[in-house]
Amino acid sequence: MLTLKQSRRLQSLLLGLLAWLVALLLFFPIFWMVLTSFKTEIDAFATPPQFFFLPTLENYLTIQARSDYFHFALNSVVISFGATLLSLLLALPAAYSMAFHETRNTQRLLLWMLSTKMLPAVGVLVPIYLLAKQFELLDSRLLLIAVYTLINLPIVVWMVYTYFKDIPKDILEAARLDGATTYQEIVRVLLPISKGGIASTMLLSLILCWNEAFWSLNLTSSNAAPLTALIASYSSPQGLFWAKLSAVSTLACAPILIFGWISQKQLVRGLSFGAVK
Amino acid sequence: MKTTPKALLLSAVTLSAGMAFALAVQAAETVTIATVNNSDMIRMQRLSKAFEDQHPDIKLNWVVLEENVLRQRLTTDIATQGGQFDVLTIGMYETGLWGAQNWLEPMKDLPANYDLEDLFPSVREGLSVKGTLYALPFYAESSITYYRKDLFQQAGLTMPAQPTWTQIAEFAGKLNQPDKDQYGLCLRGKAGWGENMALVTTMANAFGARWFDEKWQPEFTGPEWTAAANYYVDNLKKYGPPGASSNGFNENLALFNSGKCAIWVDASVAGSFTMDKSQSKVADSVGFAGSPHEVTDKGSSWLYAWSLGIPATSKHKDAAKTFVTWATSKDYAKLVADKDGIANVPPGTRKSTYSQAYMDAAPFAKVSLEMLQHADPAHPSAKPVPYVGIQYVTIPEFQAIGTSVGKLFAAALTGQMPVQQALQAAQQSTAREMKRAGYPK
Repeated sequence: MLTLKQSRRLQSLLLGLLAWLVALLLFFPIFWMVLTSFKTEIDAFATPPQFFFLPTLENYLTIQARSDYFHFALNSVVISFGATLLSLLLALPAAYSMAFHETRNTQRLLLWMLSTKMLPAVGVLVPIYLLAKQFELLDSRLLLIAVYTLINLPIVVWMVYTYFKDIPKDILEAARLDGATTYQEIVRVLLPISKGGIASTMLLSLILCWNEAFWSLNLTSSNAAPLTALIASYSSPQGLFWAKLSAVSTLACAPILIFGWISQKQLVRGLSFGAVK
Repeated sequence: MKTTPKALLLSAVTLSAGMAFALAVQAAETVTIATVNNSDMIRMQRLSKAFEDQHPDIKLNWVVLEENVLRQRLTTDIATQGGQFDVLTIGMYETGLWGAQNWLEPMKDLPANYDLEDLFPSVREGLSVKGTLYALPFYAESSITYYRKDLFQQAGLTMPAQPTWTQIAEFAGKLNQPDKDQYGLCLRGKAGWGENMALVTTMANAFGARWFDEKWQPEFTGPEWTAAANYYVDNLKKYGPPGASSNGFNENLALFNSGKCAIWVDASVAGSFTMDKSQSKVADSVGFAGSPHEVTDKGSSWLYAWSLGIPATSKHKDAAKTFVTWATSKDYAKLVADKDGIANVPPGTRKSTYSQAYMDAAPFAKVSLEMLQHADPAHPSAKPVPYVGIQYVTIPEFQAIGTSVGKLFAAALTGQMPVQQALQAAQQSTAREMKRAGYPK
């Protein structure tokens, strides 16, 4: 018969194991992608799948010789950061208004904003393509920044709104009593308190922009093509390509993965150091 | 700082040189080429430096896209007159449809040394609409039979030069040894108009079937389609590898190259891959035969050509035409032969490619050539048809219809529905779509 202490320890151990199992399950495709990138094409296609093989850098060398990786990476960085900053710039005042000056239509407005995410992207491909053509923006970074901003805006507004809602109105009222203007209220009081939440929203928006493929494949060709377009170009209708595709995918994932790892500590600290969280 | 006349002169010269260079760079036209990732196209990209050296006023900008993305992008761009590309890599299906819509520039006034008569008539006609050529062929392929000579020898079997599907089934049955991870027959099973339906349509043609009668009525419930569908499903279930319904060209290529298929019927372009020792374990024992026929050999081997076309919306038509002419010329074939060896010359488009030296270097070339010469897209079936195309039907609706029927064949293969039910469903859905599209027109 287990004592209460032993039972709790066992429960904690089992939960820990379950967490590890889920984490491994989530990580396995990434692990397999990286592993495959060091295989030859024959090894990559082998059945049963091979865990042990003679590693090769051939795929990475081929990519380096055939494609200008840094051109695509720079486009990804500019477009993702540009769209994220622009959506934050628009979302912060919108979320402030909705959270602290709520009207009876605020909830409906939020739901309506979110409903735009339910529209299949391909449904608006032709109108957006025609608009882009009309404004001579096809294959430009500016177009992707605008499109990604519009795509992510509902989520960014929702997230920032949720963080703002957790902040007691009393803090802002106190600032107002001290003579702060609306601008000072937002910049000097609200933003420092909610920086953890804003940082995590920013990271999510960055990841969504970085991974977006539908619009980047349809609206760019060469000048503004980001890393997702580079990945797609290594899929082949005739000939083996899994190893090369894995290598280029690894190269495309690496920057955002590293960025995520680096900012993880700051994010957690930002969240836990919040004044009222 | 003291300004001397010498320094001024030097500055003026430097400035003039800089401006001249800038103007020269500006003067160079940029031709944007949309292409797919396959070995011949990647080779062209690499060797096109020679073209840029010969034409310093033309700069090439390559956009490599996945095949389905390429089709979608090009369709959107052409339909909306986006003008994003100057050269398009397209197949015979798109050339026929887009040429008829005047979305492509006619390939007229080609230089005399291009030698249009050197192109195979079947390829030239496949890229023409009412006698006007709308794209120039880069390479063409037919379907052929690949088999393992060593396994045939061990079993005392001989593959005829032109086998029938009945013979293929007999051989597959004798060579099928699943316990040794060796399967008698590998065929495409993955659903799609360009995947399983390319193979199934040529098989059906060989069994005497056709997609539509003269009044555009589908014939899936007829005896010919029934015989072909039963053959396909039964034999692939009995002698095919596990999970055959998800195998396309690449999957079967990998299976064959790793020694798991005794017989494989697919595109002739795989010939060089199966013989490449860096990616094939059976490179020394591959045999080649014609695509199987049955009651007829009409339409039993497909014809497809990756070609280069110029959209009507291109802003650099002359420069694009100069490039397209170069990339599909005899000079380009010679360049490939000099740089990468004669076996790597893009196949299937020019009679002059098939020299004795080429035939010796590429053992699959003889069979491919016979199939290419035999292919007739205007007469793909033993019965009369109202359409053009061997493994496809050149109508805009075919992509959707073909993929929909392909899914039904894949469902029959996985056992989700009996063959008869799949054929009836194919008949109903195709008849409905054709009626909706307004056929007969």
